[in-house]
Amino acid sequence: MNIAVPIKLVPDVAEELEINDDGNDLERDYVSYKVNEFCDHALEEALQLKEAHGGTVTVLALERDETEKALFTALAKGVDRAIKITGVDEDANSHTAATAMCEALADVEYDVVMTGVQAADDRDGQLGVRMASMLGIPHVSAVSDISVTGDVMTVHKEYAGGVMAKFEVTPKVVLGVQSARQTPRYAPVSRVRQIMKESGGLDEKESDASNDDEGAVVRRMYLPEKGEGAQMIEGDADEVAAKIAELLNAKRS
Amino acid sequence: MSNDILVVAEHLKGAISDVTFELLGKGRELATATGGSLNIALLSSGLSSDGLGAADKVIRVDHDRLGEFNPEAYIVALAAVVEQSSPRLTLIGNTSMGMDLAAALSVRQNIPLVAYALDVSIDGDSVVTTSQLYGGKVYAESVIAGDAGIVSVLAGSFPADAGRKEGAPSEESMDAPEAIGDGRVVFKGLVEPEGGDVDITQHDYLVAVGRGIQSEDNLPLVEELAKALGGAVCSSRPIVDSKWLPKTRQVGKSGLKVKPKIYLALGISGAPEHIEGMKDAELIIAVNSDETAPIFEHAHYGTTEDLFDIVPALTAKLS
Repeated sequence: MNIAVPIKLVPDVAEELEINDDGNDLERDYVSYKVNEFCDHALEEALQLKEAHGGTVTVLALERDETEKALFTALAKGVDRAIKITGVDEDANSHTAATAMCEALADVEYDVVMTGVQAADDRDGQLGVRMASMLGIPHVSAVSDISVTGDVMTVHKEYAGGVMAKFEVTPKVVLGVQSARQTPRYAPVSRVRQIMKESGGLDEKESDASNDDEGAVVRRMYLPEKGEGAQMIEGDADEVAAKIAELLNAKRS
Repeated sequence: MSNDILVVAEHLKGAISDVTFELLGKGRELATATGGSLNIALLSSGLSSDGLGAADKVIRVDHDRLGEFNPEAYIVALAAVVEQSSPRLTLIGNTSMGMDLAAALSVRQNIPLVAYALDVSIDGDSVVTTSQLYGGKVYAESVIAGDAGIVSVLAGSFPADAGRKEGAPSEESMDAPEAIGDGRVVFKGLVEPEGGDVDITQHDYLVAVGRGIQSEDNLPLVEELAKALGGAVCSSRPIVDSKWLPKTRQVGKSGLKVKPKIYLALGISGAPEHIEGMKDAELIIAVNSDETAPIFEHAHYGTTEDLFDIVPALTAKLS
């Protein structure tokens, strides 16, 4: 089974995010990118399936500050091929990203596309579902517990309350991965460096997908107003703990 | 195109989900603003439309493959409904099921989509939405200016009661499209969560841990605190993904919805998926070293002191 894993690099939300002067996007100069955590799970699950059943894993990503590092890391983890897609704007929406990813898949052999179920920036919907619809193949989102028997995959789609729906899917199919069977593996920096030196470099593909807003334009982007939120408790750790204890005890009595 | 608002009904095990009523309540406001009618697409295998009285009309598609949700079959049926009824706006829950429909409908019918919406309104000829992006840290106001749009709305954004109305509206049946997917995605049944563990929905006092706990080795600290408080430990998704706690302890969109008297959130950033599961707690106290963490928008009290200082001190004071 050959698996393609399109990964999204998204602004690191643990960092402070600023809005640009036009007030309609992030200030991209200050954004640091990281691999969407759900995509990291998709990659891990793809590698698990490869290890159990053979086949290849190809990872694809749009060019951002951290893309080379992410792709070489994927190679160090055991991916067979890594494709960097150039020429797509940094503020590209999921629609544009999906177009570029689908173009790049044209010469990739795949049975299954596995990507993160969602990302912090997909205002216009999830990458995987968009790709499936463009490729004309079925999709199942929010899956975990993936297994393969012959040509058929069994997946579990998560609903609220811990209920799961079990589906059998026959590739080709796109899976939006919610979580891998184990915590995504770590590639030691030394191994990544070695791969950077030894590999013939990354495959590159240029895309001319233009960043079409598709009729839904951001008029204003802003940080949610502060003030109505939590009352912050002042003091050192012990004073804060005392105040919290007081609040808890008042509620318990 | 019409001025109609179309809500896509979501159902599981024969019951219409809350998010559907939330959308019906909002849909009524929007239909009043556009001067259109409020319709609901009910894709199922003979599910009753009782209780959907808030809608003007049910557009029903019945098929064996639509009994429980199936992404492959549902999108074909939904696309047919939208093709035929040409709604001004289609409202879908931004849920596990809705995710499989909204973006697919957008591509198939070439209609713009705004996802992760917290609010939707009509402004003149445009649909205006507010989406919650970047882990809840940023809001984006979008304008859909064309004559059709799709909005997927975060569960819990609107009151469900506004959309609950006795009775069944008028019905229009549509034949299921002949090729309702080619059967490459087959629904094989539902898997219920394993029982036997603590039922966190039944506890009045919850101590919730997130990524800030750093390591599984630190969990005993939190368990001691929960014991001193007389409550139970629950968590956000990453803790369960790391298998530090069982799935039965997960609060949020794909976990459980809780409404305790006390919710003490330790090292939880407050991603929208988590907030969805706990925002109705009576008293929320958040401990997180990142002062910009969205959890503080939802908590009643907060502190940025280190949780590893707060937790032992608090345990001692409560014991």
